[in-house]
Amino acid sequence: MAIRFYLILVVFLLSAIVSFSLYEDQVGLMDWHQRYIGKVKHAVFHTQKTGRKRVIVSTEENVVASLDLRHGEIFWRHVLGTNDAIDGVDIALGKYVITLSSEGSLLRAWNLPDGQMVWETSLHSAQHSKSLLSVPINLKVDKDYPILVFGGGYLHAVSPIDGEVLWKKDFTAEGFEVQRVLQPLESSIIYVLGFLHSSEAVVYQIDSKSGDVVAEKSMAFPGGFSGEISSVSNDKVVVLDSTRSILVAISFVDGGISFQKTHISDLVEDSGKAEILSPLLSNMLAVKVNKRTIFVRVGGEGKLELVDSLSDETAMSDSLPVADDQVAFASVHHEGSKIHLMVKLVDDLDTVLLRESIQMDQHRGRVHKVFINNYIKTDRSNGFRALIVMEDHSLLLLQQGAIVWSREEGLASVTDVTTAELPVEKDGVSVAQVEHTLVDWLKGHVLKLKGSLLLASPEDVVAIQEMRMKSSGRSKLTRDHNGFRKLFIALTRAGKLFALHTGDGSIVWSVLLNSPACARPSGISLYQWQVPHHHAMDENPSVLVVGRCGSDSSAPGVLSFVDVYTGKEISSSDIGHSVVQVMPLPFTDSTEQRLHLIADTNGHVHLYPKTSEALSIFQREFQNVYWYNVEADNGIIRGQGMKSTCSDETADEYCFTTRELWTVVFPSESEKIISTLTRKPNEVVHTQAKVSTDQDVLYKYVSRNLLFVATVSPKGAGEIGSVTPEESALVVYLIDTITGRILHRLSHQGCQGPVHAVFSENWVVYHYFNLRAHKYEVTVVEIYDQSRAENKNVWKLVLGKHNLTAPISSYSRPEMFTKSQSYFFPQSVKTIAVTSTAKGITSKQLLIGTIGDQILALDKRFVDPRRTLNPSQAEKEEGIIPLTDSLPIIPQSYITHALKVEGLRGIVTAPAKLESTTHVFAYGVDLFYTRLAPSKTYDSLTDDFSYALLLITIVALVAAIYITWVLSEKKELSEKWR
Amino acid sequence: MAKLTLFIFFLSSLLIISSSLAFQSDELLVDDDEFGLEGAKPQSTPLHTSSPQPQQTPTFRKRYSDLDLDSKVQFTLEHAFGDSGFSPAGTFSARLKSWSHGGKTLTKLRFSRNGFSDEEKDSFKNLLKGDDFYRIRLPSSVISPPGKEFVVASVRARCLPRDGLDEHFVIHMEGANILAVSYGSLGACQYPRQFKLPAKWSFNSHTILKSSEQAPRTPIFTEEILGGENAEGEVEPPPERSFWAKYWMYLIPLGLVVMNAVTQAANVAEGPTGGQAGGSQVQQSARRR
Repeated sequence: MAIRFYLILVVFLLSAIVSFSLYEDQVGLMDWHQRYIGKVKHAVFHTQKTGRKRVIVSTEENVVASLDLRHGEIFWRHVLGTNDAIDGVDIALGKYVITLSSEGSLLRAWNLPDGQMVWETSLHSAQHSKSLLSVPINLKVDKDYPILVFGGGYLHAVSPIDGEVLWKKDFTAEGFEVQRVLQPLESSIIYVLGFLHSSEAVVYQIDSKSGDVVAEKSMAFPGGFSGEISSVSNDKVVVLDSTRSILVAISFVDGGISFQKTHISDLVEDSGKAEILSPLLSNMLAVKVNKRTIFVRVGGEGKLELVDSLSDETAMSDSLPVADDQVAFASVHHEGSKIHLMVKLVDDLDTVLLRESIQMDQHRGRVHKVFINNYIKTDRSNGFRALIVMEDHSLLLLQQGAIVWSREEGLASVTDVTTAELPVEKDGVSVAQVEHTLVDWLKGHVLKLKGSLLLASPEDVVAIQEMRMKSSGRSKLTRDHNGFRKLFIALTRAGKLFALHTGDGSIVWSVLLNSPACARPSGISLYQWQVPHHHAMDENPSVLVVGRCGSDSSAPGVLSFVDVYTGKEISSSDIGHSVVQVMPLPFTDSTEQRLHLIADTNGHVHLYPKTSEALSIFQREFQNVYWYNVEADNGIIRGQGMKSTCSDETADEYCFTTRELWTVVFPSESEKIISTLTRKPNEVVHTQAKVSTDQDVLYKYVSRNLLFVATVSPKGAGEIGSVTPEESALVVYLIDTITGRILHRLSHQGCQGPVHAVFSENWVVYHYFNLRAHKYEVTVVEIYDQSRAENKNVWKLVLGKHNLTAPISSYSRPEMFTKSQSYFFPQSVKTIAVTSTAKGITSKQLLIGTIGDQILALDKRFVDPRRTLNPSQAEKEEGIIPLTDSLPIIPQSYITHALKVEGLRGIVTAPAKLESTTHVFAYGVDLFYTRLAPSKTYDSLTDDFSYALLLITIVALVAAIYITWVLSEKKELSEKWR
Repeated sequence: MAKLTLFIFFLSSLLIISSSLAFQSDELLVDDDEFGLEGAKPQSTPLHTSSPQPQQTPTFRKRYSDLDLDSKVQFTLEHAFGDSGFSPAGTFSARLKSWSHGGKTLTKLRFSRNGFSDEEKDSFKNLLKGDDFYRIRLPSSVISPPGKEFVVASVRARCLPRDGLDEHFVIHMEGANILAVSYGSLGACQYPRQFKLPAKWSFNSHTILKSSEQAPRTPIFTEEILGGENAEGEVEPPPERSFWAKYWMYLIPLGLVVMNAVTQAANVAEGPTGGQAGGSQVQQSARRR
């Protein structure tokens, strides 16, 4: 019996040694992945049979995608490179999606059903110009009309079947800009209308087979054109003249050109500068004048007449042919919390085909774009559905007066991320209520037990997997003991703030920023404003969003405070000065609000929050506040100290002047700043000393005031390979930002940027390209403090003669040394981050965002400058890896496993409460989150741990003890009776 | 400690040598050797850095290279007290050496410091009282001073006074351009900075020129060596681990099992009637103990 107990115990112990690597069935347990496409620029509906359910979109994130019209899911999607902006998208031959990108120099065809690339043609381009894509509406497949592309000064005719360039016409010499290409059906002549030096309209008649110019006609327009153009019909365009007050209708039918001028003031009274709006309406154009949108009908001879006028908040779609040769268009305008969608006939604006009102979340802002599509309803009448793009970049499909689906595409352009805690669990909510009943709980564990003992049937396995996926309370909205549940607050380019739950990636709340000064400030950055703990537990945490009204850096700034628990904007203030730099200070007031300094363009700094308490805290530390600014264009880094309060009359007591304390001037002819980096201000360093194998102690030089700067030769600032190794050098610096001392300076001859770096504790790891070796390299620099090396003597420590507790002044001459080592790295890198844990005890991993949009976790041990070719036994035991010339890429260490974070731009790490674990959030076009344990979860049992087995074992043991006790009692009794 | 006393002795001997001058300029003849690695040397070798004053070592090195292409340059050091304007405070003179490959380097840097006038002494005292900044600046280009930009550095005035006024310049050069200058006292500056007037109003100036350190080339190992090393390393058995160290995890449970078996056997032997299960015997004996 005892043997059996022990055996059970041994079995139990063995089962407790869990495996740590990620298995297939563990995917999605801790991580989530969300796919986005970005703000839609253009949408093309497919009108033929199978394609009816789909819409092709191109976006500002350079994505071309096919979406399901019923559910909004992505059928397929391609993310083009960051420099490969899509200019036009269309459907050719009924089966290919044609995209034109990179200013008209790349033409690609994608297979409509599955998104496979069919062909790609690189078109010759000589200069920057606007590009134009003209895909013929091909009704008869047998006739082969070419795709006409204008871009970079050339007009190309490309066969839609295989992408072959049929002919090209060079317009570079004349400076001719093509504005309109017309391919009449049943004709081999192509009409090309363009402007010469914006003052002369030229029409070329080109043979569509050979590309020869058949005829050419030109006519000068004395006023000059402004470049804004609208095609109103096949043979007519309307342009604005250079003064933006005259509309010129140009008709170019049969090779002749005629102008018809109409003053806008004749159409509307007191007209200002006009602007032609983009919607293409047949025989009509929309012009924005005086904050109103007017519709102008173009008559047969180019006569213009005003037909309607609307407020400029109205968004309009292109016109769409509906039955009986009629053309309709959609317009959407706001009214209170509702939006009104109207579909009207172009010829008769009084005929409203569809009028719908839809309740709209006000945090989506205004409607930016509308695309309409018609379908045949079950009663054989015409139905319309509209795809609308909102101000927060979200994409919605409206049909039958309801929002069929919506996509939060704002999340494809995240600019800044911070973390926030969830509220503490209230007393009312008991754990049992959330985590089922005890019976369910036990059942679940019995299932798990079966699974771990390999007794589970296939159905059981499915049940186990399902159970794990919705694992108890994973997406609860309260704080958990381990700190696994958190919020990631993401600021998007549209100025919208999202709170994402780490459990399942769901949006907890979202808020579109408002400002009293301007309608929509653009968000710049995000800071943790108030993180209550200790004495201010009643306060809700809040974040600070710094934005500005307008794109210019001198535009007035806007501060917005958002409550993290509720997602409500607490306050929003127009601060009346510009924002150049925001500096969180290491001081908080009694309500745990962090003090921030904001520098403006005049060289003044402003203290926030504007309270007397904050001011008194700041005055106390006034002498010890320093800051620096990097002027990357001039190659100067300036260090500043506080001087006095502002003397201007307009300024308040929270405004301070600064003085220049130090400068570092990089010679403009030999060095150009390409990268600067500091440590994360909230990073925790567990130990200041590092014990090496020979019982020697190295003290880390841990300073918050270090700045890493990388410069390259101006010639080498371009693309990799654009210079010879002799011409390019990369120099890296470590600068103390209090005194401006250069602590470390290392030049890499024959190397080139871009430099991606990560700075943590006392080390920097940076990635660059070595032109001589034709490889990427990674260099690590570790900084050690020499001044405290004397403290190694134990007796000194015992007698208290050490200087470990002495305050460290930046003005003392630093005695430090650096250790550095370089390795080849086989991949190009997009971004690098490092894991961070609550106490900094767990070893670190570098998180490398590779060019393939995956994230590789590389142990810091691989980039240790103490690695040698033949480590001694002692060094090996310490964990020093033998030196190799390149860093290994272990396929299992991709934390994104099979997924891709398309368009990866940044990786954010945040510590969980559990020391071993860190949160990793990666953003790009896609979002990805996972939890990492760089040194395995040494401080907790895994989710797989079978509590039921433990419980059963204990119960069995207790029962056995009882039984044996009874039996032995009996035996003793019987012995005594003998 | 011994090092420090040695250094002080060394320094004081230096002072004695040049004490006949009114404003002594303890200039350091830093000879950039042919490859411009001078400033880098102490950093790359930990042996040098372990000594408190590594930069002193190259001072007495003689150089014999021809100076045909040299030209003399001079640039002024300017200083400011707190927020006052900058005024001249000394002159650096050096030889500008042009290399055949087009580069230029500064060698033989000499520095002559102007002493404080009475007025300047007063302003400096004010700085000391207010714990304010003493600021200096140099032109960013030595060929065409003052150039477009100045390289500024500053220090809390209270860090400077020792016996006299100790100052230490580290000038970071890139060709003929001054990138940055680090300015401060020679040693540490204790944080609660004490107000202390200097005993002597004369400067002990130390100057170091630093140019960029070249990164070592990334070592390239041939595959064979690496493979050989690795294979060898893996094959080699760890010799010093004892039998116990290797197999303790198996031995302990085994021992326990054996122990149990033994007690059980003893129990069985003890009770010859033994009509009950072995397990109860174990429990019985355990209870008795």
